[in-house]
Amino acid sequence: MTWKEVEIEIRKKFKKRWKRWYAHSPIRVYVDIDTADLLEWGHFLIEKVSARFITASAMDTPRNEIEILYHFAFYGLPQVLSLRVCVPKEKLEIESMARILKGAEWIEREMAELFGIRFIGHPNPKRLLLPEDWPEGKYPLRRDP
Amino acid sequence: MSEVIPVGPYHPLQEEPEFFRLHVEGEVVTKLEIELGYNHRGIEKLAESQTWDQVVFLVERICGICSTSHPSASVRAMEDLGHISPPERAQYIRTIICELERIHSHLLWLGLAGHFLGYNTLWMWTWKTREWVCDILEKISGNRQSYAMFKVGGVRRDIAEEDIPWIFSTLDKLKPYLDLFYGAVMDDPVLHARTKGIGVLTLEQAKAYCVVGPTARASGLEVDIRKEDPYFAYPWVKWNVCVEKEGDVFAKVMVRIRELYESVHIIEQCLREMKPGPIDAQVKELPPGEGIGRAEAPRGEVYHYIVSDGSNRPVRYKVRAPSYVNVFSNEVACVGYSLADAVLILAAVDPCYCCTERMTVIQKGVASSIQWKDLIRLSHEKTRRVQKRIGK
Repeated sequence: MTWKEVEIEIRKKFKKRWKRWYAHSPIRVYVDIDTADLLEWGHFLIEKVSARFITASAMDTPRNEIEILYHFAFYGLPQVLSLRVCVPKEKLEIESMARILKGAEWIEREMAELFGIRFIGHPNPKRLLLPEDWPEGKYPLRRDP
Repeated sequence: MSEVIPVGPYHPLQEEPEFFRLHVEGEVVTKLEIELGYNHRGIEKLAESQTWDQVVFLVERICGICSTSHPSASVRAMEDLGHISPPERAQYIRTIICELERIHSHLLWLGLAGHFLGYNTLWMWTWKTREWVCDILEKISGNRQSYAMFKVGGVRRDIAEEDIPWIFSTLDKLKPYLDLFYGAVMDDPVLHARTKGIGVLTLEQAKAYCVVGPTARASGLEVDIRKEDPYFAYPWVKWNVCVEKEGDVFAKVMVRIRELYESVHIIEQCLREMKPGPIDAQVKELPPGEGIGRAEAPRGEVYHYIVSDGSNRPVRYKVRAPSYVNVFSNEVACVGYSLADAVLILAAVDPCYCCTERMTVIQKGVASSIQWKDLIRLSHEKTRRVQKRIGK
């Protein structure tokens, strides 16, 4: 599949069901989507357009929400597509990508302990990096005042 | 009755301490649990307090073996952020450094694999030749490890014209040894018996665990960032992606040995084709926005994601190293094989496993400490049994 074909498939499937489609360069594409659509996107990218999940990254923002990006590469293509979802701090939970994708298990465990995000339906919601005696409710990468 | 053998947690000096809990029934591994975090240094947070120039030095210290793969991804991320194109000569020099590093990293791994098998001659041969590669790196950068060569928009040092003939001659000295290693692996029936059909990671499992690098390529997945997302001078030189289908330990050995030849080939082309010219694009500042950098480290794809607010420091710096996904795949690759094979399988993804120090056996609830060397002894004993069986 060429990138053009991948893009057409995605646009056909989701029909403008995104908030913003932004190409920083021809090979780096960011798509802002609704939290509720995340798993559908993930499933579609992996199953239909041979995407490979790279990792996810979270960031605390001044807007009182945590921004999470799920990064996908495509076998044989230079493009990286990053799905961006924003989760409000009052209700910091999101459907777990690890439910449909084994490779997302560790990074979601990491984001859960470093940012305090709850991943709904995660198959193994244990700590990954922090020690067992780390206090509850302290999240090292949060920028809370 | 199922018993649990915890391997680790490791020595703090090791760059990748992991804790494996091997569930065994008799000799056979039935389940593997992996724990991380024994050396979590908070580099992502630390990066937020460094300037863009300092960040490159910081990420160089993430890994002690493949110390240039993180700077590669880092400068690519910053150049993506600022739409910067470094000069051609800088791209060639970067490629040379990356490939020299791949050679010495693969040689180090091959030696360790030989040692775990009880094949110590291979270990001494590879580590002897690895020194020559470090000599070249020292000649170019002044350092045998952590070369501090990369910066946003270019490299910090040029390669002197008068050094190039010496680099060629050192590479020529290396080549017959690569043939020797290839022959040693291809001709030895004991090595075949110990590694073929062992620790198989199928194509489907490789995809599900999103593995990268030689671990993926040994399972038939053609993932190589150098070809997929061409960077530095890789699109300008001729080379092949090494792929095997079997997914076992032998396939992982073959991928790495074949890559050694490709790396030498790439370096020679770069040295020949490199033209004199500037080595630095003189970047003054980076704009606000986000950037993504990827590079093919000896162990697989290194991925960096950065966010800038236009100041001289990153707002967020995310790093994903290849072992993060590759080590996780051991969870399936180890199951169904013997304890003596587990050493090899765990080492086959090249997780910088050499400093493993201490392990405890819990038998019927009673813990007793035994050494990592005992696990290697198990592996050596199995090799000797195989040797006897096939009469060698």
